[in-house]
Amino acid sequence: MLPSLDELKSSLEQLLPGVSMAVEGGSLVVPPKDVTAVCRCLKDTDRFRLDYVANLTAVDYPPERIEVVYHLCSMAHKHGPVTLRVKLDRLNPVVDSVTPIWRAAEFQEREVYDLFGVRFAGHPDLRRILMWEGFEGHPMRKDYVPEDQNVL
Amino acid sequence: MDEGLKSELQKQGVFVTTWDALVNWGRSNSIWPLQFGLACCAIEMIATAASRYDIARFGSEIFRASPRQADLMIVAGTVTKKMAPQVVRLYNQMAEPKYVISMGACATSGGPFHTGYNVLKGIDRYIPVDVYIPGCPPTPQALLEGLTKLQEKIRARSMGAALQEKKGEYPVPEYGKQGLEPRYHPDVWQPPTQHPFDYQRAGGGATP
Repeated sequence: MLPSLDELKSSLEQLLPGVSMAVEGGSLVVPPKDVTAVCRCLKDTDRFRLDYVANLTAVDYPPERIEVVYHLCSMAHKHGPVTLRVKLDRLNPVVDSVTPIWRAAEFQEREVYDLFGVRFAGHPDLRRILMWEGFEGHPMRKDYVPEDQNVL
Repeated sequence: MDEGLKSELQKQGVFVTTWDALVNWGRSNSIWPLQFGLACCAIEMIATAASRYDIARFGSEIFRASPRQADLMIVAGTVTKKMAPQVVRLYNQMAEPKYVISMGACATSGGPFHTGYNVLKGIDRYIPVDVYIPGCPPTPQALLEGLTKLQEKIRARSMGAALQEKKGEYPVPEYGKQGLEPRYHPDVWQPPTQHPFDYQRAGGGATP
């Protein structure tokens, strides 16, 4: 059984000295620099064994931040999901890739890069996945203006 | 031939028709659609082809997997901007004379995705459409209604004119920086000069 978020936070902070997290609205807010360490710990610690990244997406909060959201589940223990959030600077959103930890994150990170413009450092093949090469802009950002808005 | 004489002859067991009517009867009852679906409308199209609605009653049961053997393209579903060039290319590869049915709100106008960034606002921007079917998705009955409308359209033209007319190839749009380039083919579609919903274009120009 998965511990509550507050217990999860304190045990993670015990396991990873120097990492400080916050519990906000049913999710764990992780500092951008510690994403790899926290995810590695959540996957490799026997008690958690969150071996399945069910979802990886982003939310745009203009004007100043973009959040990347991770939903992690455990196939081994049949528990989850645990929600992680990472708050990034909207002007220069960079976060470490979790593809080396969960291979399933590869396409989802490409999609977030495509639609939100978040760059994932360490991603093996970071390019657009839904829109074509040569497309400009990141259409899921709230200030994106699609073409043809005034035509019936 | 006048109708009175025709019915007089029929009573004597002599049936008279025109070459046009005969050939168009055959052409309109053997429209072979191209077998491809783009979204949920395709499910309705499949239901139309299956036994309950049975499009075979109208002679269109042979869905061809190759555009070279098809003369009807049923654009069944949302045409994304990424898919549109392939749809136009398939149309170009079809044999003459060829017809297009735009099935459902998405293929006709973009439907619920009209204001989105990724969906083409109607396949009629790039290829000529013969019959539009409203609905989201249209029922199989509506698709059959559209098919019978197309059959009426085929029967209404003289065979010679229909066979001489060449739709030809339409330019395949390319992926651009914001969307497809060009945005429409002016021979088949023009942006409306007057917008019915003025609230949407407060202060906006008439640029497509």
